[in-house]
Amino acid sequence: MNNWIEALIVLVVLTNLRLLGTSRLIACIRIVAFQGILLGVLPLLFHANDLTLRVMLQAAASTFTKGVVFPWLLSRAVREADVRRELEPIIGYTSSLLIGCVLLGTALYVGWRLPLPGTASTPFMVPAALFTMMVGLFTIVARRKALTQVLGYLAMENGIYTFGLAFAEKEPLLVEMGILLDVFVAVFVMGITIYHINREFDHIDTDQLSSLKD
Amino acid sequence: MISIIHILFAVLLAPLALGVINRTKAIFAGRRGQPLLQLYWDLFKLLRKGAVYSRTTTWVFSAGPLVSLAAVLTSLLVVPFGGVRALLAFPGDLLLLAYLLGLMRFFTVIAALDTGSSFEGMGASREVTFSALAEPALLLGLAAMGRRAGSLSLSGMYSGMMPSDLVHHGGPVLILVAAAFLVVFLAENARIPIDDPDTHLELTMIHEVMALDHGGPDFAFIQYAAALKMWVLGALLIGILVPMHTGLPPLDVVAALIGMFLLAAATGVIESTMARLRILRVPQLLVAASVLSMLALVLVLD
Repeated sequence: MNNWIEALIVLVVLTNLRLLGTSRLIACIRIVAFQGILLGVLPLLFHANDLTLRVMLQAAASTFTKGVVFPWLLSRAVREADVRRELEPIIGYTSSLLIGCVLLGTALYVGWRLPLPGTASTPFMVPAALFTMMVGLFTIVARRKALTQVLGYLAMENGIYTFGLAFAEKEPLLVEMGILLDVFVAVFVMGITIYHINREFDHIDTDQLSSLKD
Repeated sequence: MISIIHILFAVLLAPLALGVINRTKAIFAGRRGQPLLQLYWDLFKLLRKGAVYSRTTTWVFSAGPLVSLAAVLTSLLVVPFGGVRALLAFPGDLLLLAYLLGLMRFFTVIAALDTGSSFEGMGASREVTFSALAEPALLLGLAAMGRRAGSLSLSGMYSGMMPSDLVHHGGPVLILVAAAFLVVFLAENARIPIDDPDTHLELTMIHEVMALDHGGPDFAFIQYAAALKMWVLGALLIGILVPMHTGLPPLDVVAALIGMFLLAAATGVIESTMARLRILRVPQLLVAASVLSMLALVLVLD
C-alpha cells in the first residue's frame, strides 16, 4: 500500500507544479479538481485494511465536493465572466515554476525537521502538505484574476487537509468535514462575487479594484 | 566483450534509428516515405564530395564537425546499453558524459559563429540557451539515479535494475527521471516539440541552421554525430524503461535494441501528433523537466 500512497503524494506535488505553470483557467480548475480527487482517495488507502462505512462516506463526500461541485461552480464562473486565460500574471509562469522548486525545498527542509506527534505513514506526507499550502498562498499572491486566487485558496485547503491526514488518521476527518463546509460556502460566495465583479466592471482583475476611486 | 559489441551496434545502427523515425512520420502522414537506409546513402554521398570553405572562416570551422564526432564517439564508451555495462566505468563518468556532450555542443556552436552568418549566430544562441536549460534536467536526473543505486558511475546506476522496479518501491522516482530524460532527449536531438528537424526556414530552426555552411564530409560528420548523440541519450532513457538483466548478455543487447527502435518509433509518433512549441514556450518545458528531475532527486534524498 505504501507504494500507492507515495505515488499519490508525488502526483499531488506534480499537480501543484502544474498549477504554477499553466495559464488556462479551465486547465487550472481541472488540475485543482484532480488534486481534490487524489486527496479524497488517499484516506481509503490509509484504511485499506479496515475500511469502515464512515471512512468511505467521508472520502466520497470529500471527492464529490472537490472533484465535481467546485469545478462545476468555478467553470460556471469562468463561462459567465468569459475569461479563458490568466494574462500578465504578477510573476511569470517559468519563474513561478522555479519559485515552486524553492518552495518544495523549503517544505522538505521544514517538514523533515518539524517535531510532530504521531508518525506519518510516509516521510513525504508533511512536506507535501506544506508544499501544497505554500503553492496555494503563492498562487493567491502571484496571480491577478479573482478566479485563480480562488483556486489558490482551494489548493491551500487541500494542503491543510493533507496535513491533518498526515499524522492523525481517524479523527481529523471530522474536522475536515467542518473545513469542507466552510470552503464550500466560501467557494459558493466567491463564485457569486466573481460573477458580480465581472458584471460591474467587465473584468475580474483584482489589481484594478484597489485603485478604484470615486 | 559484449560491451564492445554494443558500441559496434551503436556505430552501425544509429542512422537506422533516424530512418525509423522518418518512416513512422511517413506512415502517419500517409506517405511511403524515404528508404529506411536513406541516411546511410546520404552519408556515403557526402563523404565522396569535397568540402568548400569560405575565406572568412578559420580552422575552428573545420575543427567543429571533427571534434563533435570525436566527443560523441568517446561518450559511447561510458554509456551502458540497456542492461549491458559500458566499456569504461568509473565513479563520476556521468560528468564525463555530460561534458563530452557539452564539448560537442560547444564546438558546433563556435564553428557556427565562425562563419559570421547572422542566421547561424541566431541558431547558436538558441541552441546554447536551450541546452543550458536541458542540462540541469539531465544532471539532476542522473544524480537521482546515482543516489538511488548508491553508485556514481553510469554502469553502476543502470545495473541491477529490473522492469518491476517501475511499479515497486521507488517507482515514482524512475518514472519522473524517465519523463525528464524524454524531454532532454527531444530537446538535445532537435526533435519536434522543441525544434523541427524537417524545417528549412532559418527563423524557426535551431540545430539545422548551425550546419548550413558545412558541406561534404564535414556535413556527413555532423549528421552522423547527431545520429550517435540520439543513440547515446536514447540509451540513457531505455536503460530506465527497458532494464533487462536476463543473465544472458546477448539477450539483453537484443532487448535494448528493440527498446531503442521502439523509442525511435515513439519519437516519430510524438513528432506526428504534436506541433512545435513557440520558441518562448520551450524554456518553460525544459524548466518543467528540470523540476521533475529535482523532484526525483528529492524523493531519493530522505
